[in-house]
Order: sequence, then structure tokens, then C-alpha cells
Amino acid sequence: MKLRTVKQHMAFSAMWVACGLTLAILLVVIGYVMIKGFALINLDFFLTSPRGGLSGEGGIASTIIATVYLVITTLVFATPLGVGAGIFLVEYADSISSRFVKKLVASARFGVETLAGVPSIIFGLFGYALFVTALHFGFSILSAALAGTCLVIPVIIRTTEEALKAVPMSYREASLAIGAGKWETVWKVVLPSAVRGISTGIVLSAGRIVSETAIFYVTLGGSYRTPTSLMSSGRTMALHVYYLAMETRAFDKALATAAVLVVLIILLNLVINTVSRWLSR
Amino acid sequence: MTEDVVMKTRGYTLFYGGFKALNDITMDIPVNSITAIIGPSGCGKSSLIRSFNRMNDLIVDSRVEGTILVDDEDIYSKDVVELRKKVGMVFQRPNPFPKSIFDNVAYGPRIHGTRDRSKLAAIVEKSLRDSALWDEVKDDLDKSALSLSGGQQQRLCIARALAVEPEVILMDEPASALDPVATLKIEELMEKLKRKYTIVVVTHNMQQAARVSDYTAFLLTDVDRAGNLIEFGRTSEIFTKPVDKRTEDYISGRFG
Repeated sequence: MKLRTVKQHMAFSAMWVACGLTLAILLVVIGYVMIKGFALINLDFFLTSPRGGLSGEGGIASTIIATVYLVITTLVFATPLGVGAGIFLVEYADSISSRFVKKLVASARFGVETLAGVPSIIFGLFGYALFVTALHFGFSILSAALAGTCLVIPVIIRTTEEALKAVPMSYREASLAIGAGKWETVWKVVLPSAVRGISTGIVLSAGRIVSETAIFYVTLGGSYRTPTSLMSSGRTMALHVYYLAMETRAFDKALATAAVLVVLIILLNLVINTVSRWLSR
Repeated sequence: MTEDVVMKTRGYTLFYGGFKALNDITMDIPVNSITAIIGPSGCGKSSLIRSFNRMNDLIVDSRVEGTILVDDEDIYSKDVVELRKKVGMVFQRPNPFPKSIFDNVAYGPRIHGTRDRSKLAAIVEKSLRDSALWDEVKDDLDKSALSLSGGQQQRLCIARALAVEPEVILMDEPASALDPVATLKIEELMEKLKRKYTIVVVTHNMQQAARVSDYTAFLLTDVDRAGNLIEFGRTSEIFTKPVDKRTEDYISGRFG
């Protein structure tokens, strides 16, 4: 009896320590970036573009625009593809009895799982070979968005699948029993109930685009100028952090940009929570 | 039987893959009546009722032999959407959509092409009146259907089925998830509805079958676990002087 109580206390203490340590590490990292970074941040930092060069002059205006541009373009490609594939896998694939299609679907599922674990630079190399070089899109928002699409599609497919699977079968039955077709049922009953989970996946993907570096290093290039079209090269904020840290003397500006990035990611996560709470009412 | 018949099964046999769930069912469902399907668990009651509107089509690898006729038309030769408009269904657990009360009832008419708001409103009111729910919800039509009690939800599901003006309503143990008071309301409602509709109800509850139904079909599994129709007839006769020994054993509670 005594021994069990001791064990209990030890286990709890160990978990407390683990939890506390994790939090401490997180706070130190974020705190360091914030404190060092915010020292340099002022309105000018947001409003001026980088001027290039070794000294890292200028702010981050053009990188903010490039980031937003890239996120939107990627999601425009990835959302319909990913959500569509997720709907097909959950709502249609299993009702096909052809053995060939079943094998195809099984390998598609396996492919999605595998893709979700592939390092982003692999997608970058693929994007570089196909979009930048073979298709002559060059270093551009377009090349980067297409490579980024490959990166986030598994995320969107899987969150869509999870969201659709969570919709009770009885909703579908009720709709079909009234004489609704399969697509009407999916569109009018299943999707509205799953929209919360699906949008979580989309916002998650936005976060991924904002934070990835390697994949865009080889597809977006690194121009610090403001992108003006799909064919413009550019530099996302995360890429800018990399360039500032490795190729200029302005390490403090790298930290300042990083601080803005951290705030942005936190905001995105807040958006996920608010959106899902709002949609689930 | 001399009554008008709305649905007929003819040698209807249902397979799920290699498993035979129903064997050679032949019976007639008379119009404007309540037909109860009774039998022990796993005897194929639900499989049979889900055959009338082809809900078993949803099960991959399901296959049928024989046929079912609705208004003398083979249900497998006509469009499944038309069939399900004619033969509505209410499920075991209330399953309203997570939409407003109004949108739940208007769902069917909208699917089938009614767009006009005032027409929809008229259909919704009529359906809710017919399902004895109108007085309870008339001021809350925009409220979520999920805010209703279980019994109200089930009557809402009945209203949703009525809204597309079916001829037949299939009810798969419609009261098994409800309390006695809500059950009584559903039973009273069925009595009322049979004047306009034909009702087929699966029930586990023998008293319920005896109380509400005009005809009773008794199903039992054979040695291969396939459901067979043992006896079909007027409820008053099935429950007082069953022809088959197995029917008598079941209704007197000797098994099941």
C-alpha cells in the first residue's frame, strides 16, 4: 500500500518535471527571439523592403507580401485538390467494387501517408526539376506554390478524411432515404457538418507554407523585391530569416523577422481555434 | 386477401456477399394499414424493411434475387430517387440533420426542386402538423433540430419523411430509443397517419406490434441463418390463433 503511494507520487512528479521542462524550453526559445527581435521592430521595419547587400539594410515589407501571395496561391491549388481527394476517398472509394480500383485506392492511401512524412526539401528538389527547370516557370511564386501544393496536399487530404469520417452515418442515410443523390448528400449534409475539421486542415497548411524554408529556397529563389506576378521570384519571411542569418551581418534583423514570424504562427493557431469554435456552433 | 395492395415481395432473396440474409420472401403489404415485422434479433427484420426503399444498395456486395413491386412496378427497374420519394423511411435512432427545424423538413422538397419560400413554408407547416409536432415548435422553426428532445426529434424525422409526400413510410424500430411517453405519441401518430399512408414498422416489442398493427409478418432464421417468412396475416389472427407452431412459441414468449 505504502509502496504504491510512493510509486504514484514518483510517476506524477516525473510527469510534472517533463511537462515543466518542455514549457521552459519553449518559453526560453520564444522569449529569446521575442526580446531580441522586438528591440528592432518599429513601423518602418514593416513598411520598408530589404535593400539587399551584406549589411542587411531595410525592413520586411516585400517578404510579407511574398509570404501572403505564396500562401494564397498555394491554397488556391491545394484546397480543391486535397478536399476533393479526401471526399473521394471517404465517400466514394469504398463503394466501388472493382478490384482494380480498390487496389488503386489502397495505393493512393498509402501514397498519402508516405507523402505526409517526406522532408520538404524533397518536394523542393522535385519542384526545382519539374516546375523551375523542365516547365520553364523559373524561380517564381508559381513554381513555389506548385511545390508547396505537393507538400500540403497530404495534410489537407488527411484532415478532410478525418472530418468526413466523424460525420455520423445516420446523416447520410437520412438524406439518401428522402431521395437525395449521393452528391447532394455529400454537398448539403456531409460537407456542412465537416467544414470545421476541413478548415482546420487548410489553416494548418497555411502555417506550413509560412514556416517552411528549404522547399522555397529551391523553387521561389530569393529575390528581395516585391513579387508583382505569378512569375516573379520572391522571398518569404522564413526565407528572409535564413538569408539574413547566413548571408548578411544583420543577425539582429534575422531575429526581428523571426519574432514577427512567431507572432504570425501564434495568430494562425488562434484563427484555427476561433474558426473551429465558430463553425461548430 | 381482398384489400388493395401497395407493395409486394416475390421470392425476394437478399445476399450480403456470400451470406444469405433473407430467403424467398413473398408477401403483400395492404394499402392504408400498418404492417408490423416481428421476429427475434438477427432474423432479417431490418434487412427486409431496408429492401423496400433499396437502402441495402448502400452495402457493398449486396445482391438480390426475386423482386419487390411497388404499385406493381419493379423497384429495381425504376429510378432509386423516385422510389425513395414514394417510399419514405424513419430510422431507429432519431437522426435529424444539424440544421434548423425548418431546413430539416424542407430538405426533401428542396432536393426535389421546390424553391419557392412560401410554398416551402406551407409544406413545412403541413408536415409538422401531420407529425403532431407543429404546436410544440411553431415559434422555433429557426432553432437547431438538435435542441429538441428525442421524441420530438423522431417526430421531426417523420415530418421530414412526410414532406416529400410518400405513399409508404417505413419505420425501423422508430420508438426503441424513446421513453414510454414519447413511444405512445409515436404510436398514436402511426394510427393517425395510416389514413393517408401505408406504414411498415419493424418492432422488437410484441405488445407494440399487437397494439398498433393491422397485419403482422413473423420472420425467423433457418438453419443457414437466413431470414424466412414464417407467417403473415391479420395481427388479430396471428396473435390469437397462429397457424405455425413457431409463431405461437415466439409470441407467447417462449424464445427470442
